[in-house]
Amino acid sequence: MLKRQRQPSLIPNYVILIALVVFALGPLMVVGFNSLKDSNQIGSNPLGPPANPRWENFPRAWQVGNFSTTTRNSLILVAGTVVGVLSLGGLAAYSLAKLGLPGSNALTLYLLVGSSLPIQLFLVPLFVLWRNLDLINNLFGLIIIYIALNSPFAIFLLRSYMLQLPSDFDDAARVDGASELQIFWRIVVPLSWPGFLTAGLVVALSVWNEFLMATVFLTKQELFTVVTSYYNFTTRFSRDWGLTSAAAVMMILPIVALFLLLQRRFIEGLTQGGLKG
Amino acid sequence: MQESFPIPSKPSFAKVSRNRRLFRKRIVPWLFVLPVLSLNVLVVLGPALSAIYYSLTDWNGIGAPEFIGLENFRRMLFDDTSFGRAFLNNLIWMAIFLTVPVTLALLAATLLARIRRGAMGFRIALFIPYVLPAVITAFAWRFLMSPTFGLGAQLAKLGIPGLDQAWLGKPETSLFAVAFVDNWHWWGFLMMLFLAAMQNVPPELYEAARIDGASRWDEFRNVTLPGIRPTLIFMLLMTAIWSFLAFDYVWILTRGGPAGSSEVLGVLVFKAAFSNLESGYASAIGLTLSFFTLLIIGLFVMLRRRGWEI
Repeated sequence: MLKRQRQPSLIPNYVILIALVVFALGPLMVVGFNSLKDSNQIGSNPLGPPANPRWENFPRAWQVGNFSTTTRNSLILVAGTVVGVLSLGGLAAYSLAKLGLPGSNALTLYLLVGSSLPIQLFLVPLFVLWRNLDLINNLFGLIIIYIALNSPFAIFLLRSYMLQLPSDFDDAARVDGASELQIFWRIVVPLSWPGFLTAGLVVALSVWNEFLMATVFLTKQELFTVVTSYYNFTTRFSRDWGLTSAAAVMMILPIVALFLLLQRRFIEGLTQGGLKG
Repeated sequence: MQESFPIPSKPSFAKVSRNRRLFRKRIVPWLFVLPVLSLNVLVVLGPALSAIYYSLTDWNGIGAPEFIGLENFRRMLFDDTSFGRAFLNNLIWMAIFLTVPVTLALLAATLLARIRRGAMGFRIALFIPYVLPAVITAFAWRFLMSPTFGLGAQLAKLGIPGLDQAWLGKPETSLFAVAFVDNWHWWGFLMMLFLAAMQNVPPELYEAARIDGASRWDEFRNVTLPGIRPTLIFMLLMTAIWSFLAFDYVWILTRGGPAGSSEVLGVLVFKAAFSNLESGYASAIGLTLSFFTLLIIGLFVMLRRRGWEI
């Protein structure tokens, strides 16, 4: 019997998908176009490509937007949080995956519940506590908060990586008299580095983009992050669309470049457990 | 657990070795967990528990809290009209997010699951809005929704009038405009989750459906949807929970205005705490908000107990 199925045409798929891509990237393209125009050009041609591109917006936005300071602040927050989350979260994940932590179910439940509590519930008392500890307007103070908020995700992700590691190596090392810390550092970390990379990327992205905590806990201008400073910047220069667009482009490009470079890890990490709004 | 010891030469040695073993088995694992756990208790659990107490006080966040019983809750429910409106807005927000992005993401994922050529490119392109910070997304759309420069204004120039409105600035549309922008950034992430779930549906099921002459819609309804059901239900649950936490986009785009038309509970907490310096009252709203999320989880668990396959 000859059973020939006609494959349904894929042209409608492509048409709709291309329309969706225009919807997703079109607004960013408009921002890109406008970063190359002055106010008059934007007035006469707000959406299209610039007739004669002007690059002056960029150095001005860099300076007026105080990007050298804010980039430094954001990088400190990202680096501190990533190092903290990966080391402390990594230790906890190791304990959960390999050391047969007594009471591990209770801990897992606690982390799960704790990470789905609304920030608005503990924000106010946390703010008061931080003020009493003199940790407001202190990058280190915010790093501690970020570590606490991001580590449950990292612990779950790293634990699932470590569970896949064969126990032969660490058992052998244990017989040889290595301490658990040595085993963690010398054996488990090198073997589960893809998990650390994935978790690190997701945490870095969420800290870089974070808005609420950074707004509340860093109120001095010289401590603003790229994101909170941009928020103030757009309010201050709300009519200078060319300038604010140039600043936006300077923020979009590094994120997108890093994302494209490591997109497989990003997507894996974000869809596996980076469940956040 | 069965433990076999090497026969020790001296009894005291056995004891030391036993203690050591116990230490390594019981204490060391907790030492590994302790640093991260104590940070979490300091930042999340401690403040969350103290919020319960503060919600019963009149407190400006600086002086000593004064215990006033349930007064904050009474005021919230009966005197403060902004609470009722914010709550209603949260419900509207939830209704939007349970439908619009889910539909869009299902559509795109279904279409994308079929194609080979360029599939990776489409996936990445549609995902990019999700990795950008809210301030950027908000900025791009504030321009595109502006009545003087935006899409509506351009359409008006082309002779299609009526869309050149201040979508974010009018009380009737502000909430929907903000939800639209948040959606634009959000649905690509949902699509990626659905796509991953769809790739785990056995291809034989699709082949069987095709041999049976199923239409695309039949195939979607009878193969795809049941196949990704766990992911779908889980994401609907999370969406319902998160919709009570909405803050960033509302704050950045409208600050809850104009005239409270886009106010949501998350913004209300923020304003009470940091603009009005009413930390006790803010804690009460925050606690109520958490109660709603708990309610949703409870509902989910109950439906599951009743035998709903979710």
